[in-house]
Amino acid sequence: MTYSIEARDLRLDYRGSPALRGIDFRLAGGGIYGLIGRNGSGKTSLLSLVASLAKPTAGTLLVDGEDPFENPRIMPDVCLVQDRIKDSGDEIWKVGSFLRTAAALRPRWDQEYADRLVDLFELPRRKRISSLSLGKRSALNIIVGLASRAPVTIFDEAYVGLDAPSRYAFYDEVLADYMAHPRTVIMSSHLVEEVDSLFEEVLILDEGRLLVHEDTDDLRSRGVSLTGPAQAVDDLRHGLTVLNEQVLGGTKSITVYGDLDEDALSRARAAGVEAGPVRLQDLFVHLTRKDRR
Amino acid sequence: MFDDRSPIYQQIADKIKNDVLSGELSADTQVMSTNQYAAFYRINPATAAKAFRQLIDEGVLYKRRGIGMFVSGEARPVLLAQRRERFFREVVDVMLAEARVLGISLDDVVRHIETGRGTQK
Repeated sequence: MTYSIEARDLRLDYRGSPALRGIDFRLAGGGIYGLIGRNGSGKTSLLSLVASLAKPTAGTLLVDGEDPFENPRIMPDVCLVQDRIKDSGDEIWKVGSFLRTAAALRPRWDQEYADRLVDLFELPRRKRISSLSLGKRSALNIIVGLASRAPVTIFDEAYVGLDAPSRYAFYDEVLADYMAHPRTVIMSSHLVEEVDSLFEEVLILDEGRLLVHEDTDDLRSRGVSLTGPAQAVDDLRHGLTVLNEQVLGGTKSITVYGDLDEDALSRARAAGVEAGPVRLQDLFVHLTRKDRR
Repeated sequence: MFDDRSPIYQQIADKIKNDVLSGELSADTQVMSTNQYAAFYRINPATAAKAFRQLIDEGVLYKRRGIGMFVSGEARPVLLAQRRERFFREVVDVMLAEARVLGISLDDVVRHIETGRGTQK
């Protein structure tokens, strides 16, 4: 079961200042979508709207074609996993009873899977949440997200406090469970390098605006690093966005974003220019750099 | 697509082609599914699916509905022909260009290859 998500000129003011400044996108659903952005770019605001934790200030948000806010059909089917258990009083619960409550709220809950995940992440069932480490609390939240099988499952920097082996176990479970039970998965992360291969599409938010929404492979192919004799490199930059520029003696290296002319590239190669890939993480860093705004 | 910035799906497609060329995957052998590849490489299944779509378009694989994907009978000869052509363009021509820069004569190159052939046998 998968739901589409659509935003039209979506706006949200938070404490008197705009957190989302008019966002438009459509996610067809049934994919793993990556949401990346710097701190304060509006990621959590956007995800809170999808999960009906807040009402948009203006514009339209549709989940499976309906406004999700206080919508009894949609709300149980959207599961938002945040980076911590907010001050909701949940801390006094024991792990086992917390999961039983989560199960009662989620119509598509898979208890067998939840049990398997509790063992995988080595969570103590009888302990209170307040006694757990940050990493174990994150794991508990992740278990709720995975076992909910919610048609829209959102992991908002859910990995906080997890060590690297646990993070990779988390990524493997997201992927495996998504393939076995296709649904709409949104992941927001700062650790772009670790997760970008999981994303079918990427959305980059910057200062409350949607900067990029593209197929991940297409986005990657639009970034190229060019290194070679300065003149030959400069001949290629025409019509492209130069994201970064470095000079070392007579050698120049630039990172460009856009559709590179293949013929021009062939000529440049003959003049000693090397073209290389740009990692998504680097594209993100360059595209959202302060001096570009 | 450029040779030196190949996306993940290209690398998967190349790996399968190499396995076909080396004979590890023979004609009519079933290959792993999109999901198995996705889990193995920790990539989105849509990305893995791109590799398979490309291989089917190129005639390397064929699909049996509901069962999976298999290596086609003509895959190996077709790939061999492509690679042989590429060998001269991408290996030999590049080598000769390098030799020219270094001032090594074509005769020296030929002599070296012939000596090597002698020692190989």
